[in-house]
Amino acid sequence: MVEDKSSQAVIFSARALTKTYLMGEVEIHALRGVDIDLYAGEFVVLLGASGSGKSTLFNILGGLDSATSGDVRYQNRLLTGISDRELTLFRRSHVGFVFQFYNLIPSLTARENIAIVTEIADNPMTPEEALERVGLGNRLDHLPAQLSGGEQQRVAIARAIAKRPAVLLCDEPTGALDSKTGIRVLEVLQQINQELGTTTAVITHNEVIGEMADRIIRLSDGKIASIHGNAQRKAPKELFW
Amino acid sequence: MNTVLTHKVLTYKILRESKSMLGQLIAIALVIAAGVMVLVISVSTRQSIEQSQQHFYQQYHFADVFVEVTRAPDDLIRTIRQLPGVNVAETRIRAGARFQLEGPVNGFSNRFADVGSKSFAEPIQGEIISLPERSPELLNRLHYLVGGPPQLGSQLEVVVSAPFAHAHQLSVGDSISAVLNGRLQRLTISGVALSPEYIYQLSPNSILPDYERFGVFWMNRQALASAFDMDGAFNSLSVTVQHNASRDDVMLQLDNILRRYGSRGSYDRHEQISHRFISEELSQLRVMAIVLPTIFIGVAAFLLQVLLTRVIHTQKQSIALLKAFGYSSWQIIRHYLQLTNIILVLGIGGGIALGLLVAEPMAQMYAMYFHFPEFLFALQRDALVTAILITSAVGYAATIRATAHAANMAPAEAMRPPTPARYQRTWLDHPRIAHWWQQPTRIMLRNIRRHPWRASVSVVGIGLSGGLLLLGSYQFNAIDHMLDQQYRQHYRMDLEVTFNQERPQHSLSTLRAIPGVSYVEGFRQVPVILTHERKQWRLALHGLPRESRLRQVGTSSQPLPTAGVVLSRYLADDLSIQPGENVSVTLLDGRQQSLTLTVAAVIDEPMGLGLYMDFDHLNRLLLADQTVTGAWLLVEPDRQAEVFRQLQAMPAVASIGQISRAEAEIRTYINNTVLGVMTVMFLLAGSMTFAVVYNNARIMFAERARELASLRVLGFKKSEVAYILFGELGILVVLAIPLAWAIGVTFAWLLTTAMSMDLFRIPFVLSPISFAISALGVLLAAALSMLLMLRRVWQLDMIQALKTE
Ligand SMILES: Nc1ncnc2c1ncn2[C@@H]1O[C@H](COP(=O)(O)OP(=O)(O)OP(=O)(O)O)[C@@H](O)[C@H]1O
Ligand SMILES: [Mg+2]
Repeated sequence: MVEDKSSQAVIFSARALTKTYLMGEVEIHALRGVDIDLYAGEFVVLLGASGSGKSTLFNILGGLDSATSGDVRYQNRLLTGISDRELTLFRRSHVGFVFQFYNLIPSLTARENIAIVTEIADNPMTPEEALERVGLGNRLDHLPAQLSGGEQQRVAIARAIAKRPAVLLCDEPTGALDSKTGIRVLEVLQQINQELGTTTAVITHNEVIGEMADRIIRLSDGKIASIHGNAQRKAPKELFW
Repeated sequence: MNTVLTHKVLTYKILRESKSMLGQLIAIALVIAAGVMVLVISVSTRQSIEQSQQHFYQQYHFADVFVEVTRAPDDLIRTIRQLPGVNVAETRIRAGARFQLEGPVNGFSNRFADVGSKSFAEPIQGEIISLPERSPELLNRLHYLVGGPPQLGSQLEVVVSAPFAHAHQLSVGDSISAVLNGRLQRLTISGVALSPEYIYQLSPNSILPDYERFGVFWMNRQALASAFDMDGAFNSLSVTVQHNASRDDVMLQLDNILRRYGSRGSYDRHEQISHRFISEELSQLRVMAIVLPTIFIGVAAFLLQVLLTRVIHTQKQSIALLKAFGYSSWQIIRHYLQLTNIILVLGIGGGIALGLLVAEPMAQMYAMYFHFPEFLFALQRDALVTAILITSAVGYAATIRATAHAANMAPAEAMRPPTPARYQRTWLDHPRIAHWWQQPTRIMLRNIRRHPWRASVSVVGIGLSGGLLLLGSYQFNAIDHMLDQQYRQHYRMDLEVTFNQERPQHSLSTLRAIPGVSYVEGFRQVPVILTHERKQWRLALHGLPRESRLRQVGTSSQPLPTAGVVLSRYLADDLSIQPGENVSVTLLDGRQQSLTLTVAAVIDEPMGLGLYMDFDHLNRLLLADQTVTGAWLLVEPDRQAEVFRQLQAMPAVASIGQISRAEAEIRTYINNTVLGVMTVMFLLAGSMTFAVVYNNARIMFAERARELASLRVLGFKKSEVAYILFGELGILVVLAIPLAWAIGVTFAWLLTTAMSMDLFRIPFVLSPISFAISALGVLLAAALSMLLMLRRVWQLDMIQALKTE
């Protein structure tokens, strides 16, 4: 079931990860023992029914949330149990996030939305370069409200990659977009993955997107249901939904 | 069924939302509670005093009109009773007298040894009034707390006023010595009483009660007639006027009849000292009942509107959804009115509860100087109803204003994302300058600039509350300043001595000869009526040395003009008279002379009603040789007691006033009344400032939460995120401080104008301390709010912010 990827370095590894929410008397088990590895440079798509725990897993991997039990390692550094401050620094330099709702700062222009990250990163690209990479080199000084949804999402991607993170975590990046715009965004993601070698993980409900990934991981009821390798990666342009 | 269910759901929605903004709701409710409480307290205090007063007046037949004459025959009463419009008229004998609470009659030698009897070293000034012998008084009846009137025919029994009796712990059977017309007599107390004429018991020449050194006494008419040589005569008349008759007509007729008996002119209740002071107190309370609740409830309405506008702004989409489901605009408005209901119930309920709790003690404290047979505390249902109605109306108006717009919006319009903010490059964005700002600073500045209206609303809100803080401390400082001015600048003497009759100026040498007296200045005081056009005032004309060392008139130490009168601005304004114009002065010292004098200058004086002129000029006008009615003394500090003893032994001395004691007394008086209320108000303003700032911080946080969470996701530290939020609040607070000062100065000016009365006028002086307190209060409130917000910033839920748009 699991393909041999040992030739590549493991960037993230999670072991026996659980997450339980307490809602009054009721315990909600969002994750029930997840073991997963992410390899350097790969493009992974995470599929699963709504409520299966995809976002929860991402949030824990990316240091936004803490697990109830289990370990998460990033490049052999243990992330579980470290202080909030260290988690902040971890996010600041190693992880890029892209969300369904872009989460741009409405009061800052495209360029500034990226600068906000590059100013605190160690070895960032310039905001101009980042925007150039997502094909928005000509929209530097527009406010989010002056951009379309797809353009805003590309700014969000530019913001995520500008600090040259090792990992890019995208939670339903095309969820709010039509298929044409969605494919444009996926193209950008694939291009980043190839040009910069950034490990990219994408959560989606769209099975079709799986066809462009190296591996497809399926989550069901808080557990890994299956992991498939993709022999033949398709280009985003070839996808259709 | 269905509607019941949905309404239930909406109620849950409101309840859940109010729980999440409980702090803000309570803050607004607190401001409302403050306003309601002040309203309840001031209205019920005012009405309690007024009712007690009316009750006393009616039950004990307080007269409508009074006349003092030199000496008129008793038979005249028959003529007076027949005058049209006169209801009841009664004559009496009224005189000033000195009293002593000493055991032995002939001196002061063994007053320390005489432990058994009541003793009080200082002279007591008294007003003594006759009681009809065979029947109870027709007018101005006494209410006996203990004992009763003197026995028929008794020459040596006296009734004393209750405040005086309490101050000296005197009761029936105790004795007191009186110097009646120069003759020392030992009197026995037959009763302790209250009179409607002396609800506020004040000696004629002071502005504050002194129960130890001034008392009112009543004796049999015959006893006084023989002591004061008034057999078959009277010198004081009280009259009540028939309901339908004109009081002015009655007064005019009385003046005509009594003129030739040395009448000082008839006057009505408005010029009766006790009545006038109560009226002033009541009008002060009226101002308080209007001004303060208006400010508080206005600010609360403002806060409510801001809160609701913002809540509704963030719920625009939910509102659109409700409308799409078929809810009417009114149903939606009603939904948000529930939020207002919660605040109103908390605020009004809390305010009334607090009001009920403290209204009676506050009213009692306020009425401490008023002596009623019974204090009728009246918690006015009207006051409560008014408070509820006004506050609710204002609250609902504010809510409807905030809600109506959103409720009337077409659903589709509300669903649309907000129109893009207009983006303008300003000098702040110039690359050179932008370079100076860190990104967080840029976010902060742009947030403010992007919503200038919202930012100004916050600044105004904080400014309003900071202004109230300034107002609170302004009162403390201004009153302090007023007293300093009065006692450091205007009154520089140690003692003020008045004589029981006019004396030649050379007699002052007797005072100069007293060992320990280092300086003496004589003055002359004449009771007058000041008339200009149709207005008149009954007061004392002070003749003092042109270059008095002990009594400065006005703020500068300029000598008095050689001719004409100088009057205080309050009088000049009331009479609408300017320097250079003429004013008519009628002397009331038995001479009945009318003079037309030029107003030479108008001066600013914080206390009393001053009318001054050059002593020599006055004497020349009166065709009198240098005559004085009193003197001011400087005394070597360590020989005060000795000087006192010497002065007391002089029969010519009617009263001895100690200026430092007067100052101490007036400070106590002010502490007990005005400052008590102002302290409460200062505390309220402080909590209101906090309420406003905290509310602002909470709303700002709610608006930025998503953005700030996104920044945290991107790797910003908590401290950096806090900086953006608090920096914005800080800028608004700093901008609000000058505004707070401006608003506070305006409030102070308004209040000073509204509270300007005969007794004293709070000067419009602002000390730097007031400004500092206002600024500090606002900063403190901001710091406290930030501290409370810190927890929220620290626990900012990053994931939550990412889930929704
Ligand atoms: N803050 C929370 N409190 C309680 N339960 C939560 C919370 N967040 C998530 N859950 C629960 O945890 C489970 C997993 O949620 P998660 O958001 O990871 O699902 P998901 O796979 O991302 O779903 P979707 O595809 O709909 O985004 C769900 O059952 C959800 O109800
Ligand atoms: Mg999800």
